[in-house]
Amino acid sequence: MNRDTRINWINRLILPVLNVLTAFAATAIIFVIIGVDPIEAAEILLYGAFGYQEGLGYTLYYATNFIFTGLAVAVAFNAGLFNIGGEGQAYIGGLGTALIIFAIDPNTSAWIFIPASILGGLLFGALWALVPAYLQAYRGSHIVITTIMFNFLASSLMVYMLVNVLREPGNMSPESQLFPQNSWFPFIHDLSTNFGFVMEESPLNVSLFVALFFAVIVWILIWHTRLGYSLRATGLNSEAAIYAGIKPKRIILITMCISGALAGLVGINELVGYQHRIIMDFHFGYGFGGIAVALMGRNHPIGIIIAALLFGVLYQGGAELAFELSNISRDIVVVMQGLIILFCGALQYMYKPWVINALAPIQKES
Amino acid sequence: MNKPQYAIELVDINKRFGAVYANNKVCLNVEEGTIHGIIGENGAGKSTLMSILYGFYQADSGLIKVFGNSLQFKDSHEAISSGIGMVHQHFMLVDNFTVLENVILGTEGGALLHEGLREARKELTRLGQEYGLKVDLDATIESLSVGSQQRVEILKALYKGAKILIFDEPTGVLTPQEAQDLFRIFSALKNEGVTIILITHKLHEIIHITDNVSVMRAGKMVAQKVTSKTDREDLAELMVGRKVLLQVDKEDKDKGEVLLKVNKLSVLDENNIFRLKDVSFEVHAGEVVGIAGVSGNGQSALLKVLSGISNITQGSVEILGQKMDSKNPIFPDKLRELGLSHVPEDRLRMGLISEFSASENSIIGYHNDKQINGRFIMNNAKVRNECAKLMEGFDVRPADPDLKSSNFSGGNQQKLILAREFNRNPKILLIGQPTRGVDIGAIEFIHKRIIEMRNSGKAVLLVSVELDEIMSISDRIIVLCDGHISGRVDAKSADERTLGLMMANAYDTTNNLESN
Repeated sequence: MNRDTRINWINRLILPVLNVLTAFAATAIIFVIIGVDPIEAAEILLYGAFGYQEGLGYTLYYATNFIFTGLAVAVAFNAGLFNIGGEGQAYIGGLGTALIIFAIDPNTSAWIFIPASILGGLLFGALWALVPAYLQAYRGSHIVITTIMFNFLASSLMVYMLVNVLREPGNMSPESQLFPQNSWFPFIHDLSTNFGFVMEESPLNVSLFVALFFAVIVWILIWHTRLGYSLRATGLNSEAAIYAGIKPKRIILITMCISGALAGLVGINELVGYQHRIIMDFHFGYGFGGIAVALMGRNHPIGIIIAALLFGVLYQGGAELAFELSNISRDIVVVMQGLIILFCGALQYMYKPWVINALAPIQKES
Repeated sequence: MNKPQYAIELVDINKRFGAVYANNKVCLNVEEGTIHGIIGENGAGKSTLMSILYGFYQADSGLIKVFGNSLQFKDSHEAISSGIGMVHQHFMLVDNFTVLENVILGTEGGALLHEGLREARKELTRLGQEYGLKVDLDATIESLSVGSQQRVEILKALYKGAKILIFDEPTGVLTPQEAQDLFRIFSALKNEGVTIILITHKLHEIIHITDNVSVMRAGKMVAQKVTSKTDREDLAELMVGRKVLLQVDKEDKDKGEVLLKVNKLSVLDENNIFRLKDVSFEVHAGEVVGIAGVSGNGQSALLKVLSGISNITQGSVEILGQKMDSKNPIFPDKLRELGLSHVPEDRLRMGLISEFSASENSIIGYHNDKQINGRFIMNNAKVRNECAKLMEGFDVRPADPDLKSSNFSGGNQQKLILAREFNRNPKILLIGQPTRGVDIGAIEFIHKRIIEMRNSGKAVLLVSVELDEIMSISDRIIVLCDGHISGRVDAKSADERTLGLMMANAYDTTNNLESN
């Protein structure tokens, strides 16, 4: 018992923190090499992410996307499936949201629009994941390969849809007309004004609460339901699952649908919450970012929320950094992301023996 | 009397893992040219001790003397060069290499193989003649029987100059006849002055073959005896620390109606090989039918088919009046509802999920039960409570439902599975290898529980590779060989020799007739 809890603590808390710190240290070295003072850079980054209300709003806005895709990856991962198609599922989910919104009469109440648009994202995201899931379950095509291929398919399909079907007549850029105003998700700064707090404007909208809501749902689903039990059993030991009467093929289909559905909600935040129309590449980077978020967050909703926040900080603070310092481009965010994936994913247990040794004396005393 | 020459002297060996002493001041003296048995329950520290001797682990403190020289092994190369060889329970052979290639693996001697192979062939032929180890040097490992593969392992050790051979549970995978052969090889080796250390949990092997025996319990060496001056009961008591019943008491019982009927059952595996051919038998309420056989002769396929995990190819099975055949499969969850419980052969691959906690594992197969589920939410607190009760009833230690299953010993994992399956009050019980890797104290407990189930009118189908177990628990015995039934015996009139011959039928025809 004691040893178990200790290992859990090491795995869940100490190691991720050490890994992220290592990634930051590596980034600092890169900064020094390109002639940037890492401390100044850190100050700019943190100020950009937290220092003022608009910055904070952007941070949380980005984090919302990462929560959706991080949860998507985590659900699949708990069933032993590596869904790297979050990118495409997010993109197509957004399409579903847009199609549903355009299908509904513009004068309908927001109380219909909100659930309908969420449902559209869930449904289309799920459908986009269902095909690779079917191919994995019944044809043995590896889910990693098929979901990647479906990312490309999604890109091509969306180019077609935006150029030929959804483009606003007379508009040269591939984007749809504005969504009816009733369908827009309220901005947080608007809501807070209603309650008497004046906030700086930012893209942050109520999708954040949708994301947190789904984080709770995922937590309940995985650890407190029959389905979650079957899903984890299948992921850990499919032979034991079959012995238990669980049908792994069915679990693969269901899990991937849930995973795709969660990724499909990126469009809620990006399109219904902020852009108010469907545009090209609104999803870009969040699907893959979600993999890193899930890895860092140990596939647990709480960890994912924390990791998503970190990635939000990197996105927003990184933009600020690129703006303030001339010898840094926005791509530094990609570099940092890469280093985090390297240390949290590929090298996740690097410090484990060291930490266990370091903690051994404490253990003995207690 | 002269002081005997010791091949191995271990003095006060200590080895600690965390807070646990795996070896606590262990002393061992092995006389040169003898067969020395080491027995003890799982976790008693036998493997750790041998790993220290073989250089896998370093002792925290203590002295190792080999042929009188004090040594400190940093790795197994040093152990090998001082004349120690080990034959592992699971062979360390490359399946698609020939015997010769396997033997020289690691000692090829130069970039070109040709020279090394020729030298090796000469040396091996000599060794083979000297010790009576007959193996075709050019056969690939995969084409050899398990017994021959073991001989290759022995040759490998001798080729590297071993004067002391350590055998870790060598007979676990052999038929009785093959085991007899192995013991003959032991005698030949002993006559040539080789020292043998035999690790086993089979008491009759110790009595039968060894000169001296050391008993370990809970990390300590509790006794070292001359084998001829001790007996099975004595050794069992030393191992467990209390009196142990080796023979299961069971009264005769009239059997009831037929609950399980297997009718001309044939099963093809995924490689289109028949795993079962035309198998028919019945199991009545209140009897134990034992399936004997060397592992890999269709037992696994039989359990999988009867529990609904894999499909029937031909024939049919009637379970509690429900018919199951190739067109009408019944899935494991439905079979459980009907009243069939299944203790799988391989508890780590099928019976448990090692990353799950004990409480999560206590509901495998029963996770849809109404008692533990609300409409959507599973009542984890109740699962935990129920698991605590199961653990108490079957004496699973430590009785902590939140502990990860991989942290339980083999015996306790098995008890948890048995608790889970027995507790649902099934009508039919399929039990595979109930005591594999389980210590002797737990074996006694498990056997008693199986007999209890029989006495309360369950139909029990027991699959085991341990002949002792099959013979002491079963009412009737069916022998499987190469997927078909090669013999049926009443347990009362069964003896090891006939069963062994039935098991080996068309399997190892050369050695059958001469065994004693």
